[in-house]
Amino acid sequence: MDSLRRKAQQLLESKEVDCIIGYNEGSSGNVHAGFITTPGQAEKLIFDDRCKQNLGVYLTKHEVMRLGKLAIVAPVPVMRTVLILTYECQIVENSVKVLGIGLDGQFLDFNEYADIEKYLTDHCNEHPEEDKKLIEKISAMSVEERWDFWHETLKPCIKCFACRQACPMCYCVRCQVECNQPQWIPVQSSELGNMEWHFMRAMHLAGRCTGCGDCGRSCPLGIPVHLLTFKMSDVVLDNFNTKAGLTIKEPSTLSTYKANDKETFIR
Amino acid sequence: MSMEIKSIQKDSLDKLFNSLKSRGNLIYAPVKVKNEVQFDFVEKFEQITDDFIQTTQSVKNSVFPKIETLFKFVKTGKEVKMLDMDMSLIPEIVIWGIHPCDVWGFDSLRAIFTWDTHDMFFEKRMDKLTIIGMSCAKADDYCFCTSVNLGPGSTKGSDVLLTKTGNGDYIAELVSDKGKALATSMPDVFVQAVQSKKEDFLVVVEKRFDSESLIPKMQKKETFDSPFWVTNSLRCLGCGACAYVCPTCACFDIQDEGYGARNIRFRCWDSCGLKQFTIHTSGHNPREVQSQRWRQRLMHKFAYMPERNKVTGCVGCGKCSRACPVDMNIAEQLQEIDQKM
Ligand code: SF4
Ligand code: SF4
Ligand code: SF4
Ligand code: SF4
Repeated sequence: MDSLRRKAQQLLESKEVDCIIGYNEGSSGNVHAGFITTPGQAEKLIFDDRCKQNLGVYLTKHEVMRLGKLAIVAPVPVMRTVLILTYECQIVENSVKVLGIGLDGQFLDFNEYADIEKYLTDHCNEHPEEDKKLIEKISAMSVEERWDFWHETLKPCIKCFACRQACPMCYCVRCQVECNQPQWIPVQSSELGNMEWHFMRAMHLAGRCTGCGDCGRSCPLGIPVHLLTFKMSDVVLDNFNTKAGLTIKEPSTLSTYKANDKETFIR
Repeated sequence: MSMEIKSIQKDSLDKLFNSLKSRGNLIYAPVKVKNEVQFDFVEKFEQITDDFIQTTQSVKNSVFPKIETLFKFVKTGKEVKMLDMDMSLIPEIVIWGIHPCDVWGFDSLRAIFTWDTHDMFFEKRMDKLTIIGMSCAKADDYCFCTSVNLGPGSTKGSDVLLTKTGNGDYIAELVSDKGKALATSMPDVFVQAVQSKKEDFLVVVEKRFDSESLIPKMQKKETFDSPFWVTNSLRCLGCGACAYVCPTCACFDIQDEGYGARNIRFRCWDSCGLKQFTIHTSGHNPREVQSQRWRQRLMHKFAYMPERNKVTGCVGCGKCSRACPVDMNIAEQLQEIDQKM
C-alpha cells in the first residue's frame, strides 16, 4: 500500500495525472471510490479485501472524465476493463495510467497496456468458489427447473438498474431498455419483463464480462445477477477458448466494432 | 386529540392478527426472506418477524405500487374503447409492525399526491389503510429519524402504535379515531394500560443535524451553486436504487403497453437519479450530469418540499444509504451541509 500511495503522490506532484481513482475509507465500515486530486490526499488511498468495486465504471462517466488525465487503482478485473474499453474505443491506449494490484495484492506499476496484457496471460481472475458451485448447480438443472429458478430469482427485481449502472461494460448512451419506439423490453417490473431485461443484459455482456461481480454486489435486493454473465463467460471460454479483456488487439468474442461502420446509430 | 393508552398482552397479539384477518383485511407485514426482511402479504401470524432494524424496501408499494394500471383500452377496428379501473377492488390493508419513519413516509407521499390534483388511486388506497406501527428497540448508524423531527417512538401517522415492553407485553397508543375504534371493537385484546413508560424501551438515535437549521441552508442560492455537489457525487452511479427503496420518493413514469388489441396505460416508479428522467424530446437534458441529479434528490426533499408542501421529504430511515452500491450516505452529506454552509 505504501508503494501505491508513494506512486500516487508522485504522479500528482509531477502533474503527470490530475486525478487518481482509488478506494477510500467510507461510512459504517464500508469503503468507497475516492477521487484523489492533490498529493496530500494520496494517504487516503487504501486497499484491502473490502475494495471490490470495479472502478473502471468511472472511466466513461462525464464528470470524472472532465477532471483531466486519470490514473486508476486496478485489481485484475479493472485491468481487464481498461483493455476492453480501449479496444471498444472508449479510452485511448495508454491514456489512463494503471496502478495495478496483482492477484497476490502486490502493487504493479504498469508503463503501458502491453505490460498489462503480459501480466494477465497467467494472472487472470477466476470466479469465486461459491459462485462456481452455484453455477454448477444451476447448469445441472433441467431446462424447466432452470426456467423456474430464474423466474423465481428475478421476480423481486424492481428494475432500479443498479446492476447496469455499476457495470463498466454497460456504458451505452441509451440502453435498449429505454428504447420505446419500438419498445423492446417492457418498462414495468413484471415477471416476464424482468426476465427479458436480464436475458438482454446477459446477452449484451456475453464475452465482455470481466468477472468483477459488481452487478450482483450492487443489487439492493441481493439478486445474484452476476451468475448470468459469469455463466456466459464460461460458455464463451468453452466454445471459443477466449476470455474478455486480455488484449486490446482483438474484439471480444461475440461483438465487433468498426470505426467506419456505415450505420450512424453506432457511436 | 387526546391519546388513549391501552396494552396488549404478549399472547394476545395473534388474536389481534386473526381478528383483523377474519374481518377481511389483507395484512402487509415484515417477513424474513433469505437474508433480508421485507413487507409482504401474510396469511399466518407465525410468518411475521419483528427482528429487524429496517426492511430493504419501504412500504410505499401499498399505496404507490411499483405498477399502477390507470386504465385499459381495447381496439376493435378503428374503435378504441377505454375501460376505467374498478376502484372498488382496492382492498382494505392493515400494515403491521411498521416503524415510525416508514409510517411518516405516507405523509410525504400524501403531500405530493394531493398537492394540486388529488390522485384518486393514491387517495383510495390511503383510505383503505390501517396502520399498526411498532416503536424501534434497535437502530443502526444509518438511522437519523431524530434529525428530521421524528423518533423511534413517534406516533405520527399511525392508527395504533405498539411498543414492546421488557416482559413482552405491548403498550398500545391509540393515535387516531380509526385506532380507537379498532381497540373498542376488540376489548379482549386491548386491555387496561400497564404502568410502564414507553421511553424505557426505545433505542436512542443520535441527532446528526437539525432539519430546522438545515432547511434554510438548503434553500440558499449559494448552496445550490456550491462545488459540494460535484465533489460528493462523483462516485454516484446514477441508478434508481435509492429512490425505489425510499418511503417518500414519488417520481413515476407513465407508459402504455399493448398486447395486440388489449392495452394498458400504467404508471411505474421512476427516479430523478436516472439520466433519462429529464431528457427532452429534442435530446436536451437540463440535468446533464450526475451531480445535478444528486443535488435534485436532496434539494427536493430538504428545500423544495418544505417550501411547497410544508413537509420534509425525508423521514431519516437511511434505506437509501443502505441500498446504495457505492456508499452514498445521505445523513453524512446532510450533516456536512448543515455544518459548513
Ligand atoms: S440491481 Fe437488482 S433490483 Fe435493480 S435492476 Fe438489477 S437485478 Fe433488478
Ligand atoms: S456483467 Fe457484472 S461481473 Fe461482468 S463486468 Fe459487468 S458488473 Fe462486472
Ligand atoms: S431519502 Fe433516504 S433516508 Fe430519507 S426517507 Fe428516503 S430512503 Fe429514507
Ligand atoms: S446515490 Fe447510490 S443508489 Fe442513489 S443513484 Fe447514486 S449510486 Fe444509485
